[in-house]
Order: sequence, then C-alpha cells, then structure tokens
Amino acid sequence: MSDSAPALATSTPQSVRTICAKFGNTPHRLLDILLAVRQEQGWISPQSMELVATATGLTRIVVEGVASFYSFLPLTPKGRVTIRLCDDIVDRFAGLEAVRAAFEAELGITVGGTTPDGAVSLELTPCIGMCDQAPAAMVGDLVAVRLTPDRAREIARALQAGRSPAEVLVADHDCLSPLERVKAQVQDNIRLAGQVLLGEVPLDAGITSAQGMEPTAIIDAVEASGLRGCGGAGFTTGRKWRFAAGAADPHRVVICNADEGEPGTFKDRALLTNRADLVVEGMAICARAIGGREGILYLRGEYVYLRDHLLSVLEAARSRGVLGVGFDIRLQLGAGAYICGEEGALISSCEGLPGEPKTRPPFPVTRGYLGHPTVVNNVETFAHVARILDRGADWFRAMGTEKSHGTKLFSISGDCAWPGVYELPWGLSLRELLALVGGEDAAAVQVGGPSGTMVGRDSFDRRLAYEDLATGGAVIVFSPRRNVLEIVDYYMSFFVHESCGYCTPCRVGNVFLKKAVEKFRKGQADEGDIQYLRDLSATIIETSRCGLGMTSPNPVLTSLDNLPLVWAAVTKPRKDGIKATFDIQSAIDGGRRLAQRRSMIFDRDFSE
Amino acid sequence: MTDAFTFQIDGVEVTAQPGQTIMEAADAAGIYIPRLCDHEGLRHQGGCRVCTVKAGGRSVAACTQPAEAALEVENDTEARRRVRRDLVEMLFHGGNHLCPICEKSGNCELQAMAYRLEMTAPTRFPWLEPCRAVDASHPEIALDTNRCISCGRCIRASQDLDGKGVFGYVGRGIHRRVAVNGADLAHTEAAGADLAMGVCPVGCILRKGEGFSVPIGERVFDDGLIGHEIEAKR
Ligand SMILES: Cc1cc2nc3c(=O)[nH]c(=O)nc-3n(C[C@H](O)[C@H](O)[C@H](O)COP(=O)(O)O)c2cc1C
Ligand code: SF4
Ligand code: SF4
Ligand code: SF4
Ligand code: FES
Ligand code: FES
Repeated sequence: MSDSAPALATSTPQSVRTICAKFGNTPHRLLDILLAVRQEQGWISPQSMELVATATGLTRIVVEGVASFYSFLPLTPKGRVTIRLCDDIVDRFAGLEAVRAAFEAELGITVGGTTPDGAVSLELTPCIGMCDQAPAAMVGDLVAVRLTPDRAREIARALQAGRSPAEVLVADHDCLSPLERVKAQVQDNIRLAGQVLLGEVPLDAGITSAQGMEPTAIIDAVEASGLRGCGGAGFTTGRKWRFAAGAADPHRVVICNADEGEPGTFKDRALLTNRADLVVEGMAICARAIGGREGILYLRGEYVYLRDHLLSVLEAARSRGVLGVGFDIRLQLGAGAYICGEEGALISSCEGLPGEPKTRPPFPVTRGYLGHPTVVNNVETFAHVARILDRGADWFRAMGTEKSHGTKLFSISGDCAWPGVYELPWGLSLRELLALVGGEDAAAVQVGGPSGTMVGRDSFDRRLAYEDLATGGAVIVFSPRRNVLEIVDYYMSFFVHESCGYCTPCRVGNVFLKKAVEKFRKGQADEGDIQYLRDLSATIIETSRCGLGMTSPNPVLTSLDNLPLVWAAVTKPRKDGIKATFDIQSAIDGGRRLAQRRSMIFDRDFSE
Repeated sequence: MTDAFTFQIDGVEVTAQPGQTIMEAADAAGIYIPRLCDHEGLRHQGGCRVCTVKAGGRSVAACTQPAEAALEVENDTEARRRVRRDLVEMLFHGGNHLCPICEKSGNCELQAMAYRLEMTAPTRFPWLEPCRAVDASHPEIALDTNRCISCGRCIRASQDLDGKGVFGYVGRGIHRRVAVNGADLAHTEAAGADLAMGVCPVGCILRKGEGFSVPIGERVFDDGLIGHEIEAKR
C-alpha cells in the first residue's frame, strides 16, 4: 500500500502492462499510470516508457514528455523511500539547514543522492503546505513536520534499518482510521474557527436544500451570496457556473482544485482534513446546478498523505447518496508541479498531459476537460457553496465588506507566535491580523504568497479584501531579522523551477530576473539595474501566456515599491568610486581555469 | 455570427471572417505581425509571444486570439517593438547562436526578426549557454538543439502532417527542450523528405547535403525584411 516501504520490484513487462490495463490503457490516465509505475518500481525506466507507450497507443516521446514534466516522476532509479525536504524560505528560516545537514550526515549522502543500500533518496522540494509547522518533509507518501536534527537522524536511521515511513511516523498505524493517521502526522493548527467553515457544520444540510431547488435557483443563490473564488483570482462563482450551465455540450464536468501550491498556503489542507464532506457536498451542488455528470478532485502530489482519508470520504458520500446517482467524483493525484494549480494546466494534467496551461479562449466553461464544459473551483469555494445553500445567500452576504462577502480562510506562517489557519471575515487590516497571530514586530509581510504582494511596515493599515489586498489567503510574516533580498531571490528561484516552459518570457525571462537579483545580493548592482529589473519585469508580465508569468515578477516589483530602502542599500555608490557592477573575478574565472593559474593583477589574495 | 466583420489594426480597417485569429485576418489584409512559432498549415502554439499585440487594451498573442468586430489592435508601435525585441533577445540568449558559422544564416527567421526589430546594440541579458549534444546520427538530417527556440513547429508538423511523431518536448521550465522519439534521430521514423524537416525557423534541423547550395547574399532574407511578402499584398 502507499504508506509502506515496498521492496521494489524489478521492471517486469507484465507488471507495467497490468497497470496500464487497470486504467483501461487510456491515454488520458497517463499520469495515474506513471504514478502507479513509480509506486511499484521506484522510477520510470526507459523500458517502462516503451511499455506504457505500446499499451496506450502513444509514442514513447509523448510518455517521456509527461514523465519528465513532473517532479515526482523520477527518470533515474531512486531509493525505496524518497525524503523530500521543503526548501522554502520559511523552512530555511526555521532551521532547514541543520535538518538537512543531519539527514545528509546520517545517510552519508548529499541532497540529490541515494544511499548505496538503495534505502533512501534525499531531495528538496518547494512548499509542501506545512508552513505552519516548518521545517517539514515528505517521507515517501507521508509527512514529517517540526523537524529537528535529532528527529532527522532518528528517521534516517529507522528508514535505513528497513522500517517503513508508516512505522516511523505514525504510532499504531495499522490500528488507526485514515483520518486518525492524517492527524497523527500533521497538526491542524486551526487557531480561529469562524461562522461559515470551521465552526459547527451539519452534515448534508446544503445538498439537501439544493435537492429541493431548480438548478437555476441554485446558481442564483450562489451569485446572490457574492461568493468569489477562493483560489486567488476571485472570479464570481455564480457567474462561472452560469456560463457552464449555458454551454451547448450536455456532458459537463466539475473539478475541485486541491492543488494548493502557492507557497505559504495550507488552508485547503485544513478543509480537506476536517471538512472534506462539505467540499464533496459543494461539488455535488455544483453538479446539480450546472448539469455536471463527472467530477474530479485534483489533489496535489504533496498531499498524497490525505488520499486514503479522501477516498473514504468519497465512499461515505456514495453510501449516503450524495454521490453515485448521475454524478460521481474520481480523485486525481498530481505529481509535483505548482503550475497544475492554474486551471488550464490542471485540466491538462487530468487529461494525462504535461501540466501546461491551455490557450484561452476557449475558456474551460466552454471547452475544458476532454473538450467538455468544465467548472474549476477551489476547495474553499466549494465548501462555502455548501454552507450558502444551507444558510442562505443573505446570511453569507452580510459578512465581510461591501465587495468581499463572507469569511475567508487565512494561512498564517513565518515569524509569529501562533501560525496556523484562521477563519476571518474579509476586511481586517494587516495590523489587526498581525496582532491576532502574534506577529506585531513584523518588518514585512508577504500577502498571497510569492505571486502576491510584499508589504512593508508603513502599509500595515492596508485591508485584506478585494477592495485592497485581494488574496488566496496566504500571509507569511517576516521579522526585522530577515533579509528581504534573500526572500525575493528564493521566490524567483521558485518561479524558475515551476515555470512550465511553454512561453519565452516566463521560461527565459524569469531566469534573467533571478540572475539580476543575485547581482544585487552580491553588491554588484547600481541604480541602472533597478530600471533593468522593472523593464524586464514589464515584458514578462505583458507577454506571458498564463498567470504564473504574469505574476512571477511580483516579488521584485512589490518589494521595490514597498520596501525601496532594502534595494537602495545595496545600490549605493562605493566610496572609492569603483563601479561594483563589473565582477572582474567571475569575468576572468573561465580563463583562469583554462590556464590553471591565478591572476597576479586581479586576484587579491595572490600573495597569500 | 457568420458574416465577415471589420476591426482595426494601427488605425487601418481590416476585414475578418468569423473564426479567424487576429494574425490570420492581418495576413489576408497585408499587415505583418511578427511571429516565430506560428506557421501556415500548422496548429497554433502561442509560445514565442513575439506576436503580442494590444487588443482592446489587453496584451494578447495575435496568433491565437480570435479577431472581434470593432476591436482596436495596436501592432507596429515603438512599445510593441521594444517588447518583441526583448523576446527575440531572450531566444538568442537562451541558446547558442553564432550566425557567421551557421548554415541557416540568411534563411533564418530568428536572425531576420532581429534585423526587422533593429536589434543592433549589445543586449543587457546574460547568456545561458546551453551545451547539448549535436545529433548527426541520421544519414539525411542533422539536429543541433543548441539553436532551438522551442517553437514546436517540428513537433506539430511531424505529428499532424507527417503522421509520425518524431519530435516532442521533454522537461519543464528552462530545462524544457526538443527531443526525438528514439535513442537518436537514426532510430526514429524520420526521413529527409518529411515536412517536419523543412519548417524549422532556425538552424536546428538541417537537411544534410544541402549546405550552402544557395550562396550567402542570395538567401531568403537577402531580398527584404522578414514579412515583406505579406506586406507586399497591401
Ligand atoms: C500559477 C497558478 C497557480 C494556481 N494555483 C492554484 C491552486 O493551487 N489552487 C487554486 O484553487 N487555484 C489556483 N490557481 C487559480 C486557478 O487558476 C483558478 O482560478 C481557480 O482554481 C478557480 O477557482 P476559484 O474561482 O474557486 O478560486 C492558480 C493560478 C495560477 C495562475
Ligand atoms: S507563463 Fe510560464 S507557466 Fe504560464 S504558460 Fe508561460 S511558461 Fe508556462
Ligand atoms: S539559427 Fe539563426 S540566429 Fe542562430 S546562429 Fe543560425 S542564423 Fe544565427
Ligand atoms: S527544432 Fe526547430 S522547429 Fe523544432 S522546436 Fe526547435 S526551433 Fe522549432
Ligand atoms: S511547507 Fe515549507 S513553506 Fe510551506
Ligand atoms: S507567433 Fe504567436 S506566440 Fe509565437
């Protein structure tokens, strides 16, 4: 099963064929097929790719194109268990370096390596949604949080001794229910339960009420509530549903976006753990409203530890009749790609393609999953829907501000006393929020994750609402001890890592932007480079094909705008008048290596 | 909507048929919108973004964006040219281009686009200097992906026109590159006569045995700027 350490089978043609057959040899289940092959064999070998291609009728290069796109589908052999340390800036500030060193020392390998006995591979990965309990890591399909060097050594030793991640991380694993196993790994950290989602919620009240309503009346209610999508873009949910309901093709699809990849965001984790019924209910209500015949819950690969729990929730919903009658939901697991949170890319991924955004128009509500009209909504959006149908649009609309209705889940992490999930009505100021979470001494706050806005202390009166700081709910607090340019640099490396590579400005431009930030950090930039950053950012934003590229320069631009002194401090002219922009050392480095000697003139330490 | 309609590009009235993209309508009207990944007869990819125009105030790719009645499109302005120059420079810097020793010089759309966009001064961008093995295994074709601009034309042509699927993308982000359906080109179905081997805009896919059969000075873009044949229609 997923949570034990299987003795990896050698690639047998028959086992790969069996896996393909299990998914009907269907090309659009390619991601599931490759994940299952990895599960069994630890990697995707060239031979497996050939076999999968033959079984599904695809070419081998297409199979390789998919396998090589996703971080969790290795193309080289790996250990029985792969440890993936979250290397986000939050984890770095929380002691990642020491944890990493402990793993490396105990396992006798460095990141990227595999122990000689084939037991463990060690890797780094972007945010895994445990930011409130950093440093964190995936251990196989499970999760380890609040890591210390001691704990790291303990885990490493146990895995090398042949114990499974389940044995190491979950006491009495086999006696626990799926939900209990989830809770044994990860703390909920629900700090504040609001009226809508995290307080007391009756089972099936929303769907029961929806079943007594005409589909159009359901859409009217959702629209009247003022609910806007909680995944970040904030599109009016009722309007999206109306488009899909009016599409020509009667086979409509409902997809729940549980990719939750924006670093610093983990509120969907709280819902999927504690309110999964409500999310499923919301999807069923959507299906009733738009005539949905097929549902998909797209779960990010990092949340595979939630899979068994969610499967049991889906099964329970079937037995209560919420699912199964004309509409059912399949769980689609992702495989490590932030871009798959973008709705077109998410649909591509569900179709067994690389997670590349789709050309718009057509929009998913007209032509989405396998060409059918498709509604994609965030986990929290669906949960809200179920509550709105239970309590009424007016009840929801009355909360929040003039343009931002209801409550919102906030994921709070970083330098504060009480990181975790907070359900709050829209409209709080950052200052109020910081007081609530014990982060009053913050020097900067990243609202909405890397793609959002970095706000400095002089702007803490700004409000969390669509009228001012619109956000998917991530709030990362940085104390005055933190180096803002280090944060910006990390976020740019995140975007470089996660760009799908489809379009020029995002694929190439972000690399240039990242390199430029490095130059500032080395003290080699001058004021002219600030204009360079702005020009390059403008091109990337203007010409990128999807939201990733359109927001990737935000760490640079919003810190330039809101924390200008940080940048000014590293572009001051030097007292000796020498321009710092030219780095003679790195310029001559190539020649130095070729000649195998150092420069008498330029190497400052030549005499040493 | 089944009737032709009109819209404007840089103030010029253009007629479009329903379903046409901005670029298709512009081509028919003799207005050139710069492009590198789009190619007549192939599906649109919309990846290079060199065709970015402002349409109704929004930046969109002209090769994929449907034309709309009464739309006002900004194409040949200094702001557009600057952005396009940035993109073309990115493509140069993302690969290894040494035109004087390249067989494609003079026939190369990237080079020609640089001329058209007046990319004359040294650029401010860093060089990424990829180092990829050249694939000379095939008797009729050579493949040097160090010059590849990820336009995807070869992929679409092989898949859709040749019905073969010789090429495909592998990897993600800056590591995304064109690869072949086999250990090397010789171990694919590729043939020199494939349409896919004739669509590469740069000197990445070259048919062997044709090198310098047309001398420098008499090549495609020695006649005029890229796009002049479209503009000649006006
Ligand atoms: C790069 C990128 C990543 C995204 N990641 C997510 C995500 O993880 N979860 C999510 O719900 N929406 C994400 N979105 C937004 C989705 O594209 C889409 O707008 C959303 O799922 C729609 O649901 P909503 O209207 O309920 O918010 C992302 C968008 C972009 C551009
Ligand atoms: S903007 Fe980035 S992520 Fe989006 S399509 Fe372009 S390369 Fe892919
Ligand atoms: S492919 Fe074009 S731009 Fe590149 S070296 Fe050859 S002629 Fe120059
Ligand atoms: S090899 Fe040529 S045709 Fe193929 S993607 Fe690269 S540049 Fe385009
Ligand atoms: S889990 Fe490490 S920052 Fe989110
Ligand atoms: S020609 Fe339109 S994006 Fe390349």
